[in-house]
Amino acid sequence: MTKIDSKIPEGPIAEKWTRYKEHQKLVNPANKRKIDIIVVGTGLAGSSAAASLGEMGFNVKVFCIQDSPRRAHSIAAQGGINAAKNYPNDGDTIYRLFYDTVKGGDYRSRESNTYRLAEVSNNIIDQCVAQGVPFAREYSGYLANRSFGGALVSRTFYARGQTGQQLLLGAYGALSKEIKRGSVKLYTRREMLDLVVMKDGRARGIIVRNLFTGELERYSAHAVLLATGGYGNVYFLSTNAMTSNGSAAWRAYKRGAYFANPCYVQIHPTCIPVHGEYQSKLTLMSESLRNDGRIWVPKKKEDAERIRKKELRPRDIPEEDRDYYLERRYPAFGNLAPRDVSSRAAKERCDAGYGVGPTGLAVFLDLKDAIARLGKEVIKARYGNLIDMYERITGENAYETPFMIYPAVHYCMGGLWVDYELESNIPGLFVGGEANFSDHGANRLGASAIMQGLSDGYFILPYTMQNYLADQITVGPIPTNTSEFDEAEKDVQARIDRLMAVKGKVPVDTFHKKLGHIMWEHVGMARNREGLKEGIKMIQELREDFWKNVRVPGNPMGINIELEKALRVADFLELGELMARDALHREESAGGHFREEYQTPDGEAMRNDKDFMYVAAWEYKGDDKEPALNKEELNYEYIEVKTRNYKTA
Amino acid sequence: MNFKLKIWRQASPNDKGQFVDYEVHDISSDASFLEMIDILNDELVEKGEDPIAFDHDCREGICGMCSMFINGHPHGPEAATTTCQLHMRKFKDGETIVIEPWRARPFPVIKDLIVDRSAFDEIIRAGGFISVTTGGVPDANAIPIKKEVADLAMDAAACIGCGACVAACKNASAMLFVSAKVSQFALLPQGKVEAKDRVKSMVAKMDELGFGNCTNTYACEAECPKEISITNIARMNRQFIGAKLG
Amino acid sequence: MSNKPFYSSITKKIIMSLMGLFLITFLVVHLTLNSFLLFSNDLFNAGAHFMGTDPFIQAFQWVLFAGFAIHIFYGIVLQIQNWISRPKGYKRRAFMEQSPFSKYMIYTGLLIFIFLIIHLGNFFFVKMGWIGNGVPLTSNGEENMAELVRNLFQHGGYVAFYVIMFILMGFHLDHAFQSAFQTLGLNHKTYWGFIKGLSRAYAIVITIGFVIIPLFIYFKIV
Repeated sequence: MTKIDSKIPEGPIAEKWTRYKEHQKLVNPANKRKIDIIVVGTGLAGSSAAASLGEMGFNVKVFCIQDSPRRAHSIAAQGGINAAKNYPNDGDTIYRLFYDTVKGGDYRSRESNTYRLAEVSNNIIDQCVAQGVPFAREYSGYLANRSFGGALVSRTFYARGQTGQQLLLGAYGALSKEIKRGSVKLYTRREMLDLVVMKDGRARGIIVRNLFTGELERYSAHAVLLATGGYGNVYFLSTNAMTSNGSAAWRAYKRGAYFANPCYVQIHPTCIPVHGEYQSKLTLMSESLRNDGRIWVPKKKEDAERIRKKELRPRDIPEEDRDYYLERRYPAFGNLAPRDVSSRAAKERCDAGYGVGPTGLAVFLDLKDAIARLGKEVIKARYGNLIDMYERITGENAYETPFMIYPAVHYCMGGLWVDYELESNIPGLFVGGEANFSDHGANRLGASAIMQGLSDGYFILPYTMQNYLADQITVGPIPTNTSEFDEAEKDVQARIDRLMAVKGKVPVDTFHKKLGHIMWEHVGMARNREGLKEGIKMIQELREDFWKNVRVPGNPMGINIELEKALRVADFLELGELMARDALHREESAGGHFREEYQTPDGEAMRNDKDFMYVAAWEYKGDDKEPALNKEELNYEYIEVKTRNYKTA
Repeated sequence: MNFKLKIWRQASPNDKGQFVDYEVHDISSDASFLEMIDILNDELVEKGEDPIAFDHDCREGICGMCSMFINGHPHGPEAATTTCQLHMRKFKDGETIVIEPWRARPFPVIKDLIVDRSAFDEIIRAGGFISVTTGGVPDANAIPIKKEVADLAMDAAACIGCGACVAACKNASAMLFVSAKVSQFALLPQGKVEAKDRVKSMVAKMDELGFGNCTNTYACEAECPKEISITNIARMNRQFIGAKLG
Repeated sequence: MSNKPFYSSITKKIIMSLMGLFLITFLVVHLTLNSFLLFSNDLFNAGAHFMGTDPFIQAFQWVLFAGFAIHIFYGIVLQIQNWISRPKGYKRRAFMEQSPFSKYMIYTGLLIFIFLIIHLGNFFFVKMGWIGNGVPLTSNGEENMAELVRNLFQHGGYVAFYVIMFILMGFHLDHAFQSAFQTLGLNHKTYWGFIKGLSRAYAIVITIGFVIIPLFIYFKIV
């Protein structure tokens, strides 16, 4: 087993980052021009990193899969962004944000990284306001805050229900500025299909497919940053965008980067329930609804049944026959319990036969009391866009009848393993945003994803990458005609040729849906040993089937959407197995990973700190070999490790 | 539900292109418009035909990737809705649906229903940002901003850059898109510093790219999925006059 | 293809709207003068005489012609550039415009232009002595413009043509008035409804005002 070095700086936790910056190596301005950096992905992490690195004077090449950097899926984050500003004077501090994040992550995150995240959170808000992000304001003209799941303070900044959009457009503006200045070169409609690692072990380039021409292209740099998001689409149905995929991370894994905690997947509690087989994606309703909405199911099974058959309307159920199960089980946090807790509680009720909606896989989120308390106008101002969206999708009016919600795959806490510098175990390969595993442990709190993306991109990577690049100034431009590039491109070409040669009968989406189904059933909200073993077997069989029967029509040159999807699904079919393996090996329940064997009699998650307080960093050993498990032990010096408790404050 | 579809097929930018008729059957009224196209594409793939190329990504109405001119409207007939959030229950059973790409000189068709909207990125690059670099900025609460002003800026900033305004405009004008960005920054104190240069260079870039002239038809506002107001265009005109005069 | 010739798009629009507002003002003056006919020929003749002799007005009429010329020139430039901006149209287009007459500005404009030529031929050129037999004289030997007008409005066909042209003018104005305000940036959500209402009211008043005069004369009401 390889020794894992997470490179955590010495010193008290509150001083680690400052000390790091004081002692890190820098690159002088004249030399920065000689250094190339590749950034893959233009979400919050990618755009902000590329812009900041460009501002510093590095030559940045940035790649996005869509037609414009502004389309990245960060844009869909709705609710808000956390920061420890303590503007509302309700007792927030950096430590408290750090503490909440570690606790929310079920004590499976790296203390030093999480502290740094909380520490730079305030800078993000300052930066975004200066960029012209129109955050919500009070009548005083000062910034407004709201509360979010897993916190007892109001520390979430927001721009209506479009916070991610506004922050991404801010970062996109910064990126556009650098593209105009010439420090950043933009490549759109490119998908990364391989990482190029040199014989000396350093990451030096990527192979991308131009999605318009179909040509494979080589790009080289002194360092590569992956900000390619999460792999939630392994479940087929998720709140991710259609092109969100795990291939960049997976290819890095297959070139030697460790994949950490792949089993930690967040299931978001407030999504619009599934309605049919043909469905292509799940739509999230911002968690902010839980501020004013009360979640319930009928107390009596027969009522639930009659609602499912549409014999009863939700409003017909009298107050005393409603089970506000979150308020009942978690009196201190109530409807604002963390996401994993809320999701499992919904599943528990539905599995027990109290679910509503045609499929029985839904619970109510009711604004009735809030409308009575605050008036329809206030509710409209707060959630009007969500209520409109819900009506467009379902045809129902949430002012009159409660929303129906159900959990859906939303975010991946797992990702490529990185050290304190956000560098993977491959020198020169950095990973930011959702693509890395670092800050959220086993569960992420609401309004923290965009905080992490921007903290990585604006305030951390520009420093840590510079530290790495300081001794690269004499290397000179990296050629793309080396044997390593040849080999990587040949590998990609072989993969494409192999897919085109199958000439089967089954569309890619059919395999993707099957994989999604296996993942949801066996590696979903609740897992168990037998189910996981079976899931692994089923994935392996499906993978074999895929390579025999998939149909990729057309020509690999030019736009070929089926080929794009096939390449992604081929990787998901391998990644899904690793997720199941990780879930199987982790014999405890922690955050987004809930093992049915490890729960308290009243159904709460049971961690096993003695045996599993570590990051599982999986190492690729070959297609026909089992991956090796490397462990990074987690040490908590500044937080007392406790059982997560949302029943009392 | 069953539908007859007339869809624009064009193999490449230089191909002439034509409408091709398709039929889809047993579509659920709860299916989204794009899911209906997915179903059609699955059938095409099974028949060994080239699936219809169309842009889409988030499928929740925020990324601005989806386009399509459906039955005479960008993003289809439902107001304030992107194509990805349009649902089949809004159509009549048996209806013939005509699906075309956005049409504008600066948005050339790339394949089928995909058009190149990078012209919008070029306009933003011309000045649609505040030139602040990372770090060295004041505390977020250092400059109070009147709530109404922040709300107006947010109204303008809600633009998703989909290009429906250009597609809807009889002149293929990009004024609504450009004015939304100009307005957002013209309203906020942080954006005022560069306001004059910004409006001049963004308008110049818009003209250079060959977007048409605004003739105040206001089709853009009527068709905008995010209901961006034409008062932004008036604000940009004011800004422009101010910038030219002083 | 760039849309830069003849100033930026917004500048072109601003020129267009300023000239338009200028012509809008002129129409009010013109209508006021025409309406004198409803009261007495002498009043109308006096007005016509003033307009025909006052040195300021005489000078100003060239400004007015320039206004027309610029308005028409930019109207055509804008339209051509707009056609170029969408080389290929849609197969199916639904109704989306909120100011529908804007779609027909070039056509109503061209028809109004033709009308203007004819109109000038009927009155102005006659008065200038460039065509026809000159203006009839009153018993005092002064020019009797009223008589000239009344004679023309005895022809049913001409009255019908005149009426139709002014209805088209009404459509043109309905869009033009509020559009000029929008172009000049004078759109405020509090006043916008008022401006649009005023625009429509103006279009209706001008149209009715110009149209009733020939009708009254033709049907011998005045």
